[in-house]
Amino acid sequence: MLIGKVIGEVVATHKHSSHEGQKLLLVQPLELDGTNRGDAVIAVDSVDAGVGDRVLLIVEGFSAMTSVDRPASPIDIAVIGILDSVTLV
Amino acid sequence: MYLGKVIGRVVASVKDPKLTSQRLLIVQPLTPELKPTGKQVICTDSVGAGADELIYYSKGKESSFPFLPLEVPTDMTVVGIVDSVRVERE
Amino acid sequence: MILARVVGTVVATRKDPRLEGKKLLILKPISAEGHDESGYVISVDTVSAGFRETVIAVSGSSARMAEGCKDLPVDSVIVGIVDTVTLDSKDK
Repeated sequence: MLIGKVIGEVVATHKHSSHEGQKLLLVQPLELDGTNRGDAVIAVDSVDAGVGDRVLLIVEGFSAMTSVDRPASPIDIAVIGILDSVTLV
Repeated sequence: MYLGKVIGRVVASVKDPKLTSQRLLIVQPLTPELKPTGKQVICTDSVGAGADELIYYSKGKESSFPFLPLEVPTDMTVVGIVDSVRVERE
Repeated sequence: MILARVVGTVVATRKDPRLEGKKLLILKPISAEGHDESGYVISVDTVSAGFRETVIAVSGSSARMAEGCKDLPVDSVIVGIVDTVTLDSKDK
């Protein structure tokens, strides 16, 4: 899992049927120092996150698709938590 | 999933039998600001995307799921045509 | 599997219900020599690892084969705490 920041949303009318009714978030993966880690990705949202939230991003198919109850669908990334705190020791 | 733009097509007469009749699109990955980023990739297509369209695609084994029960050997598939992108970066 | 060092924790109150009660640790991958490598990963702890400990983490869908992780939405799980790492000397 990675830390990400929600930076926007994507709207698509014509999409795979398993994505119908799913909110698609633009999420920028972050390094631990808060800098960007690669390019932003599109994630389905299972926890009702919004722009500006720091979130837990899962980058693995089974986990992502089952978090929104869409098994065997082309979903590879999901937001599965909203972070309250990150502590480094 | 990842943002991209369809910039071409690939035709291959000789290919895995399970890829027969699959459209193969050349996709340029994009940033949320719609700037090209990274190398172009070849995607199968599950939504009928066309030239110059803004799309999003999935990566990995999940990409073969739109074609079930056919087990298409693909690792990237276009799964949506994007209407709009809203970005709020500070 | 990768070698990594525990460098922190994350807390999320609102999360996938299947993750409730799971400890989420921040891991920094390290080389066999113990040097930090780039990147990080958030991993579910199944072995009660502590801060700064060197651990083994399994990633991908195999992570769900770890103890207590069946059907969990996880892509990285700590499956062992490393006692020693032995390297064959190159100039032997």
